[in-house]
Amino acid sequence: MALGLEASLGDTVITTKLDECINWGRQYSLWPFIFGTACCAIEFMSAAASQHDISRFGAEVVRFSPRQADLLLVCGTISYKQAPILKRIYEQMPDPKWVVAMGACASSGGIYDNYCTVQGIDNIIPVDVFISGCPPRPEAVLDALIAIQDQIKGESVRKDRHKDFKGILD
Amino acid sequence: MNATALEKIRAAFPDATCKVVLDSVVIDVQPENLENTLSRLKNEPDFNCGLMVDVTAVDYLQYPQPQNARFYVIYTLRNWEKNILVQVRTPVKDPTAGIPTATHLWGAAKFGEREVYDQYGIHFQGHPDLRRILNHWQFEGHPLRKDYPIEKGQVCLQSDSLEKEIRARLAHRGVDKATMMDINTEVMFLNIGPSHPATHGAIRILTALDGETILANVNEIGYLHRGFEKTAENRTYNQIIPLTDRLNYCSSMINNIAYAKAVESWLGVTITERAQFMRVVLTEFYRVLDHLVCLAAALVDMGGLTNYWYLYNEKEAAYDLISRLTGARLTSSFTRIGGMYRDFYDGWETDLELQLRGIEKGIGDALKLVDTNRIVHDRTQGVCIVSAETALNYGFTGPVLRASGVPFDLRKDAPYYNYESFDFEVPVGTNGDIYDRFMIRFYEMAQSIRIIRQAMKHIPAGPVNVDESQVCLPPKQQVYNNIEGLANHFKLIFEGVKTPPGEWYDSFEAANGELGFHFVSDGSGKPYKLKVRPPCFYIMGGFHKMVEGNMIADAVINLSCINIIGGELDR
Ligand code: SF4
Repeated sequence: MALGLEASLGDTVITTKLDECINWGRQYSLWPFIFGTACCAIEFMSAAASQHDISRFGAEVVRFSPRQADLLLVCGTISYKQAPILKRIYEQMPDPKWVVAMGACASSGGIYDNYCTVQGIDNIIPVDVFISGCPPRPEAVLDALIAIQDQIKGESVRKDRHKDFKGILD
Repeated sequence: MNATALEKIRAAFPDATCKVVLDSVVIDVQPENLENTLSRLKNEPDFNCGLMVDVTAVDYLQYPQPQNARFYVIYTLRNWEKNILVQVRTPVKDPTAGIPTATHLWGAAKFGEREVYDQYGIHFQGHPDLRRILNHWQFEGHPLRKDYPIEKGQVCLQSDSLEKEIRARLAHRGVDKATMMDINTEVMFLNIGPSHPATHGAIRILTALDGETILANVNEIGYLHRGFEKTAENRTYNQIIPLTDRLNYCSSMINNIAYAKAVESWLGVTITERAQFMRVVLTEFYRVLDHLVCLAAALVDMGGLTNYWYLYNEKEAAYDLISRLTGARLTSSFTRIGGMYRDFYDGWETDLELQLRGIEKGIGDALKLVDTNRIVHDRTQGVCIVSAETALNYGFTGPVLRASGVPFDLRKDAPYYNYESFDFEVPVGTNGDIYDRFMIRFYEMAQSIRIIRQAMKHIPAGPVNVDESQVCLPPKQQVYNNIEGLANHFKLIFEGVKTPPGEWYDSFEAANGELGFHFVSDGSGKPYKLKVRPPCFYIMGGFHKMVEGNMIADAVINLSCINIIGGELDR
């Protein structure tokens, strides 16, 4: 594929660290899987729509198959009935993968401190970034995305992430 | 409620106690007379209660006044033509033995009674499919019983297979091994959801297919059950308002208003004229927003992405307007018992008019792509038809019922907030297919905009909160400067608005249909019980009736055109 770059570079060799090169690619092409259950999912719709336009950050290719996604966005309340499904979806995603808990409910149970609501999804799966708010504004979703990108930058491709996580369903 | 209805009911049921509570006649019957009473209310032409609005139960374990039995089951019935609302209460001596079911009278009772069984552990004799509905199948105990601790969560390790249920449904539809041998194929089972883009949230639709045709369908809901009712029992009346936002989160303000109206009607508080007009304007505005999101999403499911932008951009712009008014985009919490949080800001009228024009343009653009579009017509006309009879039987209300040709709309049939003096029409469908359910929302938006314009023209000036120290917070001036004001504020915040002891039901025409609240008060500032009658719960209860015999792809667009909102469905 011609980018115009090779013409000026000729057959120069570029040396870089593997981590930097791969992480650069990973950062700007996150493919999110939207686990939208409740009100927060409506605000995600706004983050994806024209005004806020998530594609400016390279994450607009929303996948509805976990097999094709590497960013799990949990938007909404997770009940105990829902929990095994969330866990299964997380497990179906290929490594490396990142998780964002969007909103008070996903982060901590939110206003639902009761018999049916999981008090934060970090009881079930490992979480990388939490977004506060009920619901968070679309800008906050974009902010979380940038936080994930920053995090990826500092990671090493040779290390497995979260291998020893144990949740209430394990 | 007219006095003749009470007279007639008294005459027809001489040994039952009848009384009038707000708009409804409440009949107390013994369990042995329940079946007879219900079937007479449904079938006798004088009553003709074709619509079972809701069924719920009350656990009187901690109620201050002693009752005859710990549990009572309450059926709420409606004759929509004559505006008769009847509640039948019956005591349950032994919840394990239970009471006879009403499923043979109303299809709606299937879902309704399952919920009562799940939440209160009351058995219904003869119910065809009595199992949990909101809580997961591994759950033990019944959360809405007063002795169930609110914080006691129970882990679910695995989803229910639903195999027994789908096989039973197949057998009910007359599909057995022999039929399959005949057509030389096998039934294929296909799950849509609970996590699937077409379910717009979390619902599980299990289908048994022959090719692409749905032979049988069983649905599972409850994935978003967040314990609204139990939580509400531990909150003061005003603290519940933010919880109501999250029922139908596409039209949060309608829930706020419906809830506040229900409490005020029992308190006997008439809110100020200005507040009434504000509530009409905001209800109708949110009705438009709700339909916008529903249609935008439905068109995406049909493959029309461009429409989505036309409609959703307007919704997004409307959020900006709403956040200028309420401070929040989605979860408005804008009402208070006795009025509103605050008045419209200066310049609201111009902003609103501008927004209405934008919405009209968006609708116009989207309609241009849909109206004469052959693909839309072919995919929606004559597909997933429900007759008026089935729709009523399953407790459908709102646009979905009206699409089947039943012109029932609480704004016309039991008007509140001066709806009778507004000039608007109620669009009604003819076929009850997806096309009708779809187009009716387009027409309703136009009617709502008409109402908003009329209301904004006639809205009177004046305060937005009633001047009653038992209900509304005093002005901040008084709180800071005199002790009465301070004490008043303190008491209202800590103890809540006190409602007289009793039990009542109040309903509201929300974007999706009849949104009702059933309260039990013990005289304190917190409800003893609060049950929501969500419109889409009962619509989902009749989903299989719509899709069986149709194609799998039709089920997907049917789901989006009935506008299932998880928060309200599962509460
Ligand atoms: S955090 Fe708030 S807005 Fe988000 S899902 Fe929970 S209740 Fe809804």
